Amino acid sequence: MAGPFDIVVIGGSAGSLSMVLQILPYLKMDIPIAVVVVFHRKSSEDTTLIELLSHRTEFEVKEVDEKDLIRPNVVYVAPADYHVLIEKDHTLSLDVSEKVNFCRPSIDVTFESAADVYGKSLMCILLSGANADGVQGLKAARDKGGFVVVQDPASAEVSYMPQQATEQLPVDLLLHDDNIDVLIDCLRLPKR
Amino acid sequence: MSYLPCYNVIYHNADMNQETSLDLSDNEIEIVLHDLVEVHGYDFVNYSRASLKRRINRLVANDKFLSFAEFRYRLRSDDVYFKHFVEEITVNVTEMFRDTQFYRTLREEILPVLATSPLIRIWHAGCSTGEEVYSMAILLQEARLLQKSLLYATDINPAVLEKVRAGVFPMNQMKQYSENYILSGGKNDFSSYYTAQYNAAKFDEQLGKKIILANHNLVSDSSFNEFQLILCRNVMIYFDKELQERALKLFDDSLEPLGFLALGSKETLKFSSISHKYRQVANKEKIWRKIR
Ligand SMILES: C[S@@+](CC[C@H](N)C(=O)[O-])C[C@H]1O[C@@H](n2cnc3c(N)ncnc32)[C@H](O)[C@@H]1O
Repeated sequence: MAGPFDIVVIGGSAGSLSMVLQILPYLKMDIPIAVVVVFHRKSSEDTTLIELLSHRTEFEVKEVDEKDLIRPNVVYVAPADYHVLIEKDHTLSLDVSEKVNFCRPSIDVTFESAADVYGKSLMCILLSGANADGVQGLKAARDKGGFVVVQDPASAEVSYMPQQATEQLPVDLLLHDDNIDVLIDCLRLPKR
Repeated sequence: MSYLPCYNVIYHNADMNQETSLDLSDNEIEIVLHDLVEVHGYDFVNYSRASLKRRINRLVANDKFLSFAEFRYRLRSDDVYFKHFVEEITVNVTEMFRDTQFYRTLREEILPVLATSPLIRIWHAGCSTGEEVYSMAILLQEARLLQKSLLYATDINPAVLEKVRAGVFPMNQMKQYSENYILSGGKNDFSSYYTAQYNAAKFDEQLGKKIILANHNLVSDSSFNEFQLILCRNVMIYFDKELQERALKLFDDSLEPLGFLALGSKETLKFSSISHKYRQVANKEKIWRKIR
């Protein structure tokens, strides 16, 4: 059984920002977890995103720099045009290798490497999007005992991505606008 | 004890079709890396492990190995396969005029400084297939400096160096590169620099004339010349701290006083032991000048 959690990795594409903006205010300093967010985004939209996210949470929000040590109470945002991977020593690394599912950053890449390092203490959240990126990564997370959350396709702005997930694997929690508190309860599980 | 009692498995309608491919463990990866040092003299031990593991596992799946032992044996004993391994394991993704502001800074602030020297030596360390080198050659040509320049292009992957030599890049990239070129301050018609041959763009031979190719490994080889400008972009993100430090010392040894060192958009000199000898040039671009 999954949990307690050290890290939450959130993957989102088209239409996912609003859900992230809804989740962020729930992140209070007494929840000792780290968050990594992988958005499919273009280089040009860069600068304002970090600022926009920072205003919504008590956590520090920063764009990933290579070799950043993963710390609780920080939201790390994948930079445009780099994949983000997680090392065994809990540092982040960046990678410019081939696009995966036509995307860089790819959600699959981060989910898979997080699964490898964090196993049961990983929660993955896949949100709205028009692409199948993230689904393989959720499977990997699940295989390693991680907890899988998918935005309810019915309430996602773009249902394709979460729909692919719900069709291809069992999901632990289906997320919509009015059960975010359930998600946060999961994150508050006591550390062993 | 079970956590998450009531929220668990709220949604279940999937049939799990698992494809099983061989996945090497961390320990097996370790063994492979030590074999490479011992048998082939290539040292990837200090590379960022997550990316390396991902690429090795991808290779093992693509090449349909059934067991670790089979893969290990092949890699140890077959030199042709080892060459293929290096080609697949290194990340050779690159672009022309990637990070357009960076190239604009080179064009507007760095080249005018270099213009004063009688001979300009530039080193592209980890040049991959050469898109960065040809971009630089175009900048130099436009600044009328190419004639007195030498561009050293080095990499550990011999296969990419062949591509630099050919100066042929995929035609379907040209639209993007042309946009990049203009955003970086280019004023010419980008298509005047190449001739289209089916799906390939062959770049003007004049641009390639000043490029010198060499196999050079930042892990084990030493300094081989002095340069006014060294570019090593998106190579050190694959190195651990120790190896980054080695590479930076090597660049420091290979830079003339007041020379420039250019890194990738997410790389920095900041935390290294040579940082006190350098001053960052234009605050947002990753270019440093050697000041002592
Ligand atoms: C992602 S590419 C960067 C290409 C180009 N500099 C750019 O930024 O677009 C990284 C290159 O570094 C090379 N490389 C990796 N390890 C190296 C080493 N130890 N010594 C020299 N080159 C290396 C790889 O073969 C690859 O071609």
